[in-house]
Amino acid sequence: MKLRVRHTTAYVYGETVPLCHNLVHICPRDTHHQRLLEYELTIVPTPVAVRTGEDYFGNSVAWFSLQEPHRELSITAVSLVDIAKGVSGTPLSDAWESAVHSEATTADAEARAYAFESPYIPISPKLADYARPSFSPNRPLAEAAVDLMRRIHREFKFVSGVTAVGTPVLDVLRDRRGVCQDFSHLMVGCLRSLGLAARYVSGYLLTRPPPGKPRLVGCDASHAWVSLWVPGYGWLDLDPTNDCIPGESHVTVGWARDYGDIGPVRGVIVGGHRHSLKVSVDVEPIEEKAAARA
Amino acid sequence: MHPLMTDVAESSAVHGFAQSYAPGDAFDEMVEADGSLRPHWRMFVSMLDDLGPDELQSRWVDARRLIHDNGITHNVYGDASGLDRPWNLDAIPLLTEQAAWDALSGDLAQRALLLDRLLADLYGPRRTISEGLLPAELIYTSHAFLRPCHGIDVPGERRLHLYAADMVRTAGGGYSVLSDRTQAPFGAGYALENRIVLSRVLPTVFRQCNVLRLAPFFVALRRTLSGLAPSNRDNPRVVLLTPGPYSETYFEHAYLARYLGYTLVQGNDLTVRDARVFLKTLGGLQRVDVIFRRVDDDYCDPLELNASSYLGVPGLLQAVRERNVAVANALGSGVLQTAGFMPYLPKLCRFLLGEDLRAPSVRSWWCGDASDRQYVLDNLSSLVIKSAYPSRGADPTFAAELSKDALGELADSIRAHPGRFVAQEQVMEATLPALIDNRVEPRRFVTRAYLAADGDGYVAMAGGLTRVTRAAESFVVSLQKGGGSKDIWVQSNGPVSQITLLTPATEKVALSRGGADLPSRVADDLYWLGRYVQRSEAAVRLARAVVNRSIEQGGEGGRPLTLLTASLVGRRIDSVPYACERPLLSFLFDPKYPGGLRTNVNSVYRLARLLRDRVSVDAWRILQSVETNLTQFKCDLDEPLAGVGDLLNEMVIGFAAFTGLSTDSMTRGLAYRFLDMGQRVERAGTTSHLLRDTIVTPGQDDSLLLEAVLEVADSSLTYRRRYLTHMEAHAVVDLLLADETNPRSVAFQLAAIDDHLARLPRESHHPHGQPDRQLMLKLRTAIQLADVESCCGPGGNGPPLSALLDDTIEQLEGVSVTVAQTFFAHTKATSVLLGLGAGR
Repeated sequence: MKLRVRHTTAYVYGETVPLCHNLVHICPRDTHHQRLLEYELTIVPTPVAVRTGEDYFGNSVAWFSLQEPHRELSITAVSLVDIAKGVSGTPLSDAWESAVHSEATTADAEARAYAFESPYIPISPKLADYARPSFSPNRPLAEAAVDLMRRIHREFKFVSGVTAVGTPVLDVLRDRRGVCQDFSHLMVGCLRSLGLAARYVSGYLLTRPPPGKPRLVGCDASHAWVSLWVPGYGWLDLDPTNDCIPGESHVTVGWARDYGDIGPVRGVIVGGHRHSLKVSVDVEPIEEKAAARA
Repeated sequence: MHPLMTDVAESSAVHGFAQSYAPGDAFDEMVEADGSLRPHWRMFVSMLDDLGPDELQSRWVDARRLIHDNGITHNVYGDASGLDRPWNLDAIPLLTEQAAWDALSGDLAQRALLLDRLLADLYGPRRTISEGLLPAELIYTSHAFLRPCHGIDVPGERRLHLYAADMVRTAGGGYSVLSDRTQAPFGAGYALENRIVLSRVLPTVFRQCNVLRLAPFFVALRRTLSGLAPSNRDNPRVVLLTPGPYSETYFEHAYLARYLGYTLVQGNDLTVRDARVFLKTLGGLQRVDVIFRRVDDDYCDPLELNASSYLGVPGLLQAVRERNVAVANALGSGVLQTAGFMPYLPKLCRFLLGEDLRAPSVRSWWCGDASDRQYVLDNLSSLVIKSAYPSRGADPTFAAELSKDALGELADSIRAHPGRFVAQEQVMEATLPALIDNRVEPRRFVTRAYLAADGDGYVAMAGGLTRVTRAAESFVVSLQKGGGSKDIWVQSNGPVSQITLLTPATEKVALSRGGADLPSRVADDLYWLGRYVQRSEAAVRLARAVVNRSIEQGGEGGRPLTLLTASLVGRRIDSVPYACERPLLSFLFDPKYPGGLRTNVNSVYRLARLLRDRVSVDAWRILQSVETNLTQFKCDLDEPLAGVGDLLNEMVIGFAAFTGLSTDSMTRGLAYRFLDMGQRVERAGTTSHLLRDTIVTPGQDDSLLLEAVLEVADSSLTYRRRYLTHMEAHAVVDLLLADETNPRSVAFQLAAIDDHLARLPRESHHPHGQPDRQLMLKLRTAIQLADVESCCGPGGNGPPLSALLDDTIEQLEGVSVTVAQTFFAHTKATSVLLGLGAGR
């Protein structure tokens, strides 16, 4: 399915800002089931130059600066992606214990880079304890992880406004509520605390669901989910907010250790402490013909 | 008989120098196992014996004075007594033979090269991890492994430009590296200062010992840093980036910047435009080619690295990435600053250099490795435990000193987070002679050697910094904990040639005048330094007048006294006996009194510290003594004013001398203009205040009051010459307010300020684009047009004068604000916006 994503970030500053530097992670990357067909980044006011490149994790990144005084800044990224149908059902896998800190193959060893704690995601016995009921001895890894995802979905309440970007994962575990970023950090933390390799995925959800399907939670902002390394299979995406294995409705922007590595928009401004920020995300399916013309 | 006596000439002074020196069984730098002096110490010891203990002691007092006067300090975190602690230098250097030092230097050069190659691999292909030479966890868990620095192309593929190795001598006398400093190793500047002090205190001994010079090392360092410049290679601008005066080693940053000829900057002085780095100066933006940083790498760019940092330069990383600026040491080099790598260095050396590692490390075990962890847990009580990840200020734990319970807790933390710990063997046994309370005693020590990248390899400083433990039993050499430091004398076999850091004659220096490249922040600081010096001086003069009158009149208040006191402390004073004393004393001595003298002098001191690379050593000394005299003054409870007059007299002279010295030695460039402008604005303001608070208030004791006002404004002599003893308010006002020939008058200050403003570099030359000058014009005209005689009225009172003065005061602040907006506007703080997060 082809999806068009429009992601707008708009800042209004309380005073004139003479200079700002920005770094954005908003261009969807290619994955084994997603291809970026078109991409356009519009910044108002127009920066002198937009520099693009790849970050450490292979995600697309763009840098730009505004060097003239301004009071507003808007960043709009419009992308067209083609997404293959997702996996149906839980993939087969070996007992989860065999994946713990596995370096059996080169790919396993490389994935291990995601098995350690990161600035937003600690490794903690509390997280391991929470995960344990899903990880009974010799249970297949993917099955156990899907069970963990299901439990998080069931036991945690989606509430906006009670957590912030910096809310510690252990607070989320204690209070049992938050938003998709919190659930993703939590689940990654649970998996890593067991010695498994898991990463944080940043992306979007289809805004209006296909007929007969429920509207997904978290579709009016940027979304986040989890990806687990399953030896012999590869990276398995899991969305604890919606209790599903992401497929055609999930657009991947990129992945990293946690939100800190891949927050969509990051900026440093001179002055302008007071500011307001509006983000809007719109994802819609594109008819084959319309896509061809676009 | 002491063994030393058998070896050295039979001079009785031997007793003085080393009579009681009795090292233990381990290796000692000065004496052999049989107690005899090592050959390369003989000359030094006999020369010190010739001096005799008394002479040595008196020279040592000189050295301490030199250290204090030069303001060689080291900031101690969490020290309530203030920021500065004098540098602690030991009179006895560590002596070493050139051959031994050269061999050691060669070994360390190989180690430096190894670490440099390791950085290249970690921020590139990471083969050392994929090939299993380094555990993945050690890198990937480290907060100092800066992923945004991955794949950055650095000039000459070199990341480590200045490296330091902390070494211990083992019981057998061999050197082992205790820690590698790869971030921004401190101390090279202190080594230089130690050398200067010691060579002055022991000039003959220094000459006779043929000590190799430190300068060649700095020449190499400077060559390397200049060579990094991506463009402008003939005359690159190199800046030294400091975290600022609250940094532990700010003194060294200012000192090194001056010695190497670099501009000392803080993050706020730099800005990134079009992925290029510029220095913000009054003359506009000036391109920066190389940044020699003393700021930890993750603090260097809040955009891509630690967002909470205010010390860095937003956008710096992108400028580095595009090779528009070079940073030394490269960003990310701090990742190696941990003993965690030590167990792996021998294999890494064979892998990366194809050689065996020559400079061995102290035996180390990383607890993330199962067998290492087991060893550590089995032998915990004999080991030293450190953080496996680079950390600021984390002290090593000497497990031998722990109680049984604490040892158990340590073992538990290791089991819980094994990867976070590294253990090292306790090897610090060797000793050297240290002068402790006029006695020579053995102490344990750590020697820091410095290496600078030079061509394809590294060159070592012929010297370094040795730090000794404070107590004989201690293993802690931290200067934070009060340990001492030593110079290292590498002795050549022949005479030593002189080398200077000044540019050789073959390279012609481009002539430069006027200093439009003054960083805006420095101009800001100079301006405020001027204001606070003047504000303090005015307060001291006023306070002196109050004290003198108070003592003469035995507390019998009187109108002049109450008015002057009220003007000083900024509130009304009741007209009863002794009502002035208490407010006066708290204004002078209470450190918490808002706007009191202590606060003002503190501001002077703080700003002068910030400007250490611009304030002359002599001016700094004066300021130090002013500050010390004030803060250490003890009030006599029975006679609270006793001695206060003398103190204030000294302070008036001190401030005058500071102003004279600092302005006399400054070229009439921008730095001078801002300092002087600050002084003038403040003086115009304080004089206006004084007139408003005294003369405009009607009363009877006018002539006494007018006399006092003239004294405070330092214009009594001029007045008497003109009017003899006839006191008239309008004449006083004319002299202090409107007379442009009186250097103490408001009008004179305004003329001087206007002159400065006219000469500042500006973007716009149109009067409308110069609001500060328009304000000045208005202000000067108002005063010139004022009819002083009538506005003072008969008896010298009346509303018009107070209105004029109020107006003057208000507009002066307006000028000050406009100057700040025009020239210092950049000092605005930055804020980091991290976005909303996902799903918010």
